[in-house]
Amino acid sequence: MPKAMRDVFGETLCELKENPKIVVLDADLGSATRALKFKDVCPERFLDIGIAEQNMVGIAAGLSTCDMIPIATTFSVFITGRAFDQVRNTVAHGNLNVKLVGTHNGVCVGYDGATHEAVEDIALMRSVPNMVVLVPADAKETEMAIKAAIAYKGPVYLRISRIAVPDIHGDDYKFCIGKGEVLRDGTDVAIISTGIMTSRAIEAAEILLKDGVHASVVNICSIKPIDRKLIVEVAKRTKRIVTVEEHTIIGGLGSAVSEILSVEWPVPIRFVGINDEFGTSGAPEVLLEKYKLTAKDIIRAVKSF
Amino acid sequence: MDNVALKKTANELRKDIIIETYNAKSGHPGGSLSAADILTYLYFEEMNVDPQKAKDPNRDRFVLSKGHAAPGLYAVLSLKGYIPSKDLKTLRHIDSYLQGHPDMKHTAGVDMSTGSLGQGISAAVGMALSAKVQKKDFRVYAMLGDGELQEGQVWEASMFAGSHGLDNLTVVVDNNNLQIDGSVKEICSPYPIDEKFKAFNFHVINIDAHDFDQIRAAFKEARETKGKPTAIIAKSVKGKGVSFMENAVGWHGKAPNEEQYKQAMAELEKNGEALA
Repeated sequence: MPKAMRDVFGETLCELKENPKIVVLDADLGSATRALKFKDVCPERFLDIGIAEQNMVGIAAGLSTCDMIPIATTFSVFITGRAFDQVRNTVAHGNLNVKLVGTHNGVCVGYDGATHEAVEDIALMRSVPNMVVLVPADAKETEMAIKAAIAYKGPVYLRISRIAVPDIHGDDYKFCIGKGEVLRDGTDVAIISTGIMTSRAIEAAEILLKDGVHASVVNICSIKPIDRKLIVEVAKRTKRIVTVEEHTIIGGLGSAVSEILSVEWPVPIRFVGINDEFGTSGAPEVLLEKYKLTAKDIIRAVKSF
Repeated sequence: MDNVALKKTANELRKDIIIETYNAKSGHPGGSLSAADILTYLYFEEMNVDPQKAKDPNRDRFVLSKGHAAPGLYAVLSLKGYIPSKDLKTLRHIDSYLQGHPDMKHTAGVDMSTGSLGQGISAAVGMALSAKVQKKDFRVYAMLGDGELQEGQVWEASMFAGSHGLDNLTVVVDNNNLQIDGSVKEICSPYPIDEKFKAFNFHVINIDAHDFDQIRAAFKEARETKGKPTAIIAKSVKGKGVSFMENAVGWHGKAPNEEQYKQAMAELEKNGEALA
């Protein structure tokens, strides 16, 4: 049984306690984000700021200038939306060593509904200069992305899902900021995917193979900086691209891929994502169906060429 | 420094503010002039800072939360020796490191980039917290405008600082009573400012922002106050030191023209001579 990615986040935080510079900030959602696990093992470097996300981001900025590595945690909608100006003007403009972690995002937040389901957070964070944006696809990549974010000096936004997805990566997986990853090689089409959708992209590719369609699957955890070279290579080889993300199709992974290919190697692209609408309450799996974010929807996009 | 030396330094700082904004042809002289005496006291008497060791991890920190008073901050950093005085004339010019609002990446002595109001105080709280977590004894100072108190984040930060008894934090409110659109009282009154900070568990001191005896006593009291952060509510005159700018809302964000520049400099020269 794979672990929920937020659980991996909590466990990885606990591992990081040995680094005396790490300080974890919470805005009264530590039980949901799993940041409270860090409090159990390192209460002296756990700071509950209260329900004040703007203040939390500002405090993180101040801590970072005094030789600490703050990890500010809450739901994606609050850290990227409510505190956007603080992220932009204080953290990113100062190029400060602050790690922003959103553990609830996309429609997989589930029953809390639209107000808590960030579907535009990648677009927001990607648009800010200096910001690194990481969206891991499974438990192992979550662990590796957190460690890479800590090792990197500068602002990082980590989008970590609250749910569990099938494991894609083995224990020996190495993640590097700025690098994408080819999970399957095929020459008919490339499915470029991020986050929880990558396991669905693999599922789609397996079904397509039975129909004689050979699809590449490319996982992009590092949405910014993005692996331009790999995306161009894949486009040259497959001549057709489908991008897949649990995020609005405006400004996310699909946009990032299009920005590269429209200049360097124009090919037809189809976008699987949320079509400019808010989420709603429901079970995550039901919502993924409702918003057309399943293997079936990826296959439909591939077959639309 | 005795009071006369402080007054002379503050007068030089005011001249620099006029030189900067005149050469920039824009900028914020009013709120820089109102803050000039406290900025002088902080950098020349109060804070443990040394331009030769600008990145010393144990130094005191200053955050200009009212970032538009950048000309005042640059002037004091220049007088203190962080930045060459000749660079002051490049304020707001293309490719100058002296940005319209303070940029910590490029300006020695700037501890936090500011400009979007209400955010600096949170950063100062973070710095004060880091001293507590790392068991260091440096102090943190933040200067806010009175109009800035209309930003909700100020009170998020104050609630946290008061709740956690951050006694290494001193917040100064430059209470010049004016904001861009008019008087703070008419637009959205922050008064009573002292009672508000008291309610957030601050130790509060009311002073005249242009009286060095009161300034000295207030910072000493803040230093001696344990278990609570201190808020110094400094009643000031916007545009202080230049007759036609004093208490005039129009000088919040406007540069003097040549004639006004000459008059302002003449007044400040005369004021400096009177102190000699």
